Amino acid sequence: MAHFDHGAAALLPLAVAVPMLGASVMLALGRHVSRLVRDLFAIAIAAGVTGLSGYFLAVASSGRIVNWVATWTPLGHRSVGIVLEVDPMGAGIALLAAGLVTCALIFSLRYLESDTGHFHLLVLCFLAGMEGFALTGDLFDLFVFLELMGASAYALTAHNIEDPQALQGGLNFGIINSLGAYVSLMGIGLLYAKTGVLQLPLLGAKLAGHRPGPLVIAAFVLIFTGLLVKSGVVPFHFWLADAHAVAPAPVCMLFSAVMDPLGVYAAFRVYWTVFSPTIAPAHARVAFLSLGVATAVIGAVMCCAQRHIKRLLAYSTIAHVGLFFCALGLLREDGTAAAALYAAGHAGIKGALFLLCGMLLDRYGNVDELHLFGKGRGSPHLGLLFGLCGFALAGLPPFGLALGKALAEKAAIDQHLYWMVALFVLVSALTGGAVLRVTARVFLGLGDRPKGDAEYRAVGTERPPAQRLQALPAAALSAIGVLIAGTLALGVLPGARDAAERAAAAFIDRSGYLANALGHAGHQLAIAPSAPNWDLRGVLLGIASALLAAGFAAASCYGRRILVHVPALRLGTRAVLRALHRVHSGHIGDYVAWLMAGCAILAGLIGLPLR
Amino acid sequence: MKGLIYFVAFFLLIIGAFGIARSKDLVHAVVCLSVAQAGTYVLLLAVGYQHHASPPVFGSPASRPTRDVVDPLVQAMALTDIVVSATVTALLLAISIQIAKRNHSVDPDELNAVEG
Amino acid sequence: MSRPVRYVVFCLGVVGLAILLAPAVAHLPAFGSTFHPYRTLAVAAAVAHRTANVVSAINFDQRGLDTFGEESIFLASVAGAALLLRPGEHETERRPLGHARMLDATRLLGYVLLPLSTILGLDLISHGNVTPGGGFQGGVVLGTGLHLLYVAGSYDALEKMRPTTLFEWGEAIGAGSYGALGVAGLLASGAFLANFVPLGHFGALFSGGTVPLLNIAVGIEVASGGAILLSHFLRQAMFTEPAGGGRRASGERDE
Repeated sequence: MAHFDHGAAALLPLAVAVPMLGASVMLALGRHVSRLVRDLFAIAIAAGVTGLSGYFLAVASSGRIVNWVATWTPLGHRSVGIVLEVDPMGAGIALLAAGLVTCALIFSLRYLESDTGHFHLLVLCFLAGMEGFALTGDLFDLFVFLELMGASAYALTAHNIEDPQALQGGLNFGIINSLGAYVSLMGIGLLYAKTGVLQLPLLGAKLAGHRPGPLVIAAFVLIFTGLLVKSGVVPFHFWLADAHAVAPAPVCMLFSAVMDPLGVYAAFRVYWTVFSPTIAPAHARVAFLSLGVATAVIGAVMCCAQRHIKRLLAYSTIAHVGLFFCALGLLREDGTAAAALYAAGHAGIKGALFLLCGMLLDRYGNVDELHLFGKGRGSPHLGLLFGLCGFALAGLPPFGLALGKALAEKAAIDQHLYWMVALFVLVSALTGGAVLRVTARVFLGLGDRPKGDAEYRAVGTERPPAQRLQALPAAALSAIGVLIAGTLALGVLPGARDAAERAAAAFIDRSGYLANALGHAGHQLAIAPSAPNWDLRGVLLGIASALLAAGFAAASCYGRRILVHVPALRLGTRAVLRALHRVHSGHIGDYVAWLMAGCAILAGLIGLPLR
Repeated sequence: MKGLIYFVAFFLLIIGAFGIARSKDLVHAVVCLSVAQAGTYVLLLAVGYQHHASPPVFGSPASRPTRDVVDPLVQAMALTDIVVSATVTALLLAISIQIAKRNHSVDPDELNAVEG
Repeated sequence: MSRPVRYVVFCLGVVGLAILLAPAVAHLPAFGSTFHPYRTLAVAAAVAHRTANVVSAINFDQRGLDTFGEESIFLASVAGAALLLRPGEHETERRPLGHARMLDATRLLGYVLLPLSTILGLDLISHGNVTPGGGFQGGVVLGTGLHLLYVAGSYDALEKMRPTTLFEWGEAIGAGSYGALGVAGLLASGAFLANFVPLGHFGALFSGGTVPLLNIAVGIEVASGGAILLSHFLRQAMFTEPAGGGRRASGERDE
């Protein structure tokens, strides 16, 4: 990987600068132009950044793109500057972010009330933050862009100031994410004190070859805390459901589809480039897998226990983040490639589901599954798309999400981790099943009419009832269509697997990352022989997950009839759910307590095996 | 006590977090967040300190450029950190104002809009 | 969770953190040591670009992208606060008539300090490349100093001195100029945020190339944005009230 394209390198910072310049223009002119002009301008900026990121991806697939900002290229092994270093994984997630922002803006064309342009401005700032976060190769710069994403996201979450849930969700999100980021900054300070550098490749070079001392372990734990908060890994996940349940639908889609996976991306980027030469994969693997399993299981259980549909989807995102963590936590090329495909596929499907939720909210003013029981019979199109997404989420081939899942299962089998295959099948079936259950109840009116307490407030209108749209807007539907088609294409297009594997090989290649940063050619990576996307076992496991999901959905629609006869099971389930419910209290104090406990757990997981 | 200053930094972080955990008022919680952040300032500046070194500014005619200055990078980081703190505090206070209006309370114990 | 349970969870976390951090602190370089490799490089780089204030050289020249991100955070937060502090559906803005009474001493102090703080702010911004200070610091002094008018008891005067639209333009121009200077660097010398302006003499008012220009851009942005931010909080506190007198019950819904 030794190919340098100076044209692309020079353009890298524009992925941040263009949306920020757009935001400045929006601030100056947003008030003075019509809604349509604002929409089109923001969409044009986002589309431009999408094109730029696509160009980066094309260039990066033949070699990393390196830009020492403002030409502070290193002398020897040192530089005072910031490096942007882009491999296919970074360019890919930047492309995903920009593409989804474009979709979100198209969906918002007639969706959100905004008369000042502030909504568009914040979305553009959010885009700039995500682009910078994906492209940077500097630890402190990572923190800055983490905060840029955060600041715009807090405000977007609380956008609907009439809704107490939105306000509380925004506040919990803001406090926990900020605290996590400050903990990360402490870790950055420790690492800087030890090494005197901030660039990821140079940090890795400084730590290489030394046994990890207490200082490095502490820095690892502190830095990861902030990134795990962003990813929504248990026990740092509490804010996520609160925020995702209340933000406007297009914003939820961005959170779930790319912001949380970006946290995972950054965690493993930092691990591979900085810590892998000192905390060896063999040691770190236990920690990553434990966190991944806990996140997947708790996310899946909580997902099934929800009746607020957006909250249900939020917990399903937590469950999937857990699965990504498991796949990446194998700390091997095949698992990394699988996670990349899985996350990209998940982005499309989960994005579509959140947008569908937005349309549901728009039509019925409510996203409470029980309240909506049978009411969706009048919207067969929505129901059809909802069901399709449910099956795709469960891992039905040939969607890209299923391809990622199949490859992750293959990677686990290659490592003889058969429990992990069961975890993947079960968790994806549970989360997909929960969506199918919603489809069956809301759109088909299947099963027993559930008895729920009428006081439950799973509402959250995004516009007054008088202005609700009766017809499905074409722009919104086309955004949803693009997302689903994109996921399908990912699974069907030949070469998707090969591309993911090449991206993964570059992602975990620390020495190449360092060499390219210093302006040298990295060593040639062994290119795996080209393999077809699908194999029979993966397809069968995918179909099994989808069938299991349908089974779960049926069981939960009609389950009450069976459960009545098995009191032990009923009481046990109820006790577990009540305990989980009590922990997920919505109380900011509890979340902070869990954040501290999470730090300690992470410290134990990473520190104890090294003693 | 060479580690005292670092102890102070982590103490601020933890006591700030504890303040949020026991808070009965959202404004208090937001201020506690700033206390926690103050820990990062102390840590950064402590990391960059050097005994008997001058400030990294050579503006006055008397000071010739020298390498014996305290680390300017941590000061730049702290400045960025301050901007982040100020702006995030403003955002969180804005949300708190709206919460106070909708709920007639800023006690986290009495807010139960989101749960489960 | 109940309070005791929460405190137990918290304390367990703190115990774990203490076990993690105590040995880590012991391994840090001693406080006040001479181990500062980045410092050595940064000072040399600042001197090479003839910027006397090394902190400014780092903020605007060596690590200008960080500051670009930082100013973006500022832009996003001011816009976010404006979005969150807009009057709600059931609220109106009402201007009370008449002036609040202020002590003459307070008024005098306000009017005396206003020009002083303005001069101080401008000085901090313009000399940010040579003496302690810079765009952000000066901008904060300017943006908040303006509110001495309010302290002096005249909100009307404050409003006259601070037309919101103009200040939004100011913020946009400040933030936009930072990005535009970056792009200018790209066009002039092939690298975003490159220091493409003549560097001048070490310690002079116009030295350091783009550093003073970026300082001014940030100063304009922060001064205008800070004033707007405060104006939203002030308006919210002073004028915004429920339309029908009574406030809407929480959680009330249209279902």
